[in-house]
Amino acid sequence: MKYIKFLLVGILFGIILSKSEVVSWYRIYEMFKFQSFHMYGVIGSAVAIGVVLMQLFKRGIIKDFQGKQINIKPKKKGFIRTFVGGSIFGLGWALVGACPGPMFVLIGHGAVAILIVLISAVIGAFIYGTLSKKLPS
Amino acid sequence: MEIITQPWPWYVAGPAIAFVLFLLFFFGRSFGVSTNLETFCTIGGAGKFVDYFKTDWKARTWSLVFVLGIVIGGFISFNYLMPSQAIDLNPTTVHELADLGFANAGSEYLPAEIFSTDNLLSPKGIGILVVAGLFIGFGTRYASGCTSGHAITGLSSLQLPSLIATIGFFAGGLIMTWFIFPLIF
Repeated sequence: MKYIKFLLVGILFGIILSKSEVVSWYRIYEMFKFQSFHMYGVIGSAVAIGVVLMQLFKRGIIKDFQGKQINIKPKKKGFIRTFVGGSIFGLGWALVGACPGPMFVLIGHGAVAILIVLISAVIGAFIYGTLSKKLPS
Repeated sequence: MEIITQPWPWYVAGPAIAFVLFLLFFFGRSFGVSTNLETFCTIGGAGKFVDYFKTDWKARTWSLVFVLGIVIGGFISFNYLMPSQAIDLNPTTVHELADLGFANAGSEYLPAEIFSTDNLLSPKGIGILVVAGLFIGFGTRYASGCTSGHAITGLSSLQLPSLIATIGFFAGGLIMTWFIFPLIF
């Protein structure tokens, strides 16, 4: 039962992504073609509010539900891993117009083809895990 | 009901996503989806072959539940909250896509040219889905995050690795859309 809140937050997130059309391949295509402001507005306004939230967390003005300090985990550093890894992801993102969150939304839409993308993405993650020690960071 | 059934503009969606970010941190977790791809590997027994996957996936149950919620949210939206599946595109985009071979762009939520079930039977159709998936899985794990973890959480917390990753997302996306699409479609 302690997980039910995450189920509800997930449902909310799935509805937001569906209703704002950001899980549509067309919206990703037009974003990369600079033909619409929509995606930039969505990500930009989420980040703008996120910056304020993160500052409130960091300064302890907003605490978590148990009254504890909220810590933000630092991301792994390394130019190659972030830039090259990011670019490889970007190629896939533009090709099927879906990043990991939207893939799950589209499964909820009943898009069978996305299951192939998800299975391949899990295999992709497995390949990364296998090679992780050998790849430059 | 009008407000719910209409597509939501960016100024509703962006703040709503920030609210999801807030809730996950407020509940003592973080915002990110792509780590679940590794969790699936671990649950599938990948730890037997590769040490990288020897992790305690039970600590990530909350995130698996979150992802299950995303699927349910998608199902509810698609079946009850979206009377029209059409995407209102810029006419320039529709023309361009017609030239690329995408008929009636925006008349449905996803282009049949990529997502139709018939496509699963053609080598090119399935190849596109498999290659895209491999890139998404490998790339997000190498970069340690996707749009939610890097572009939203990481940029919000002013982390340099996330800025570099987001620039990478765009570099890859632009190369695919501008240079590779004309070759494959």
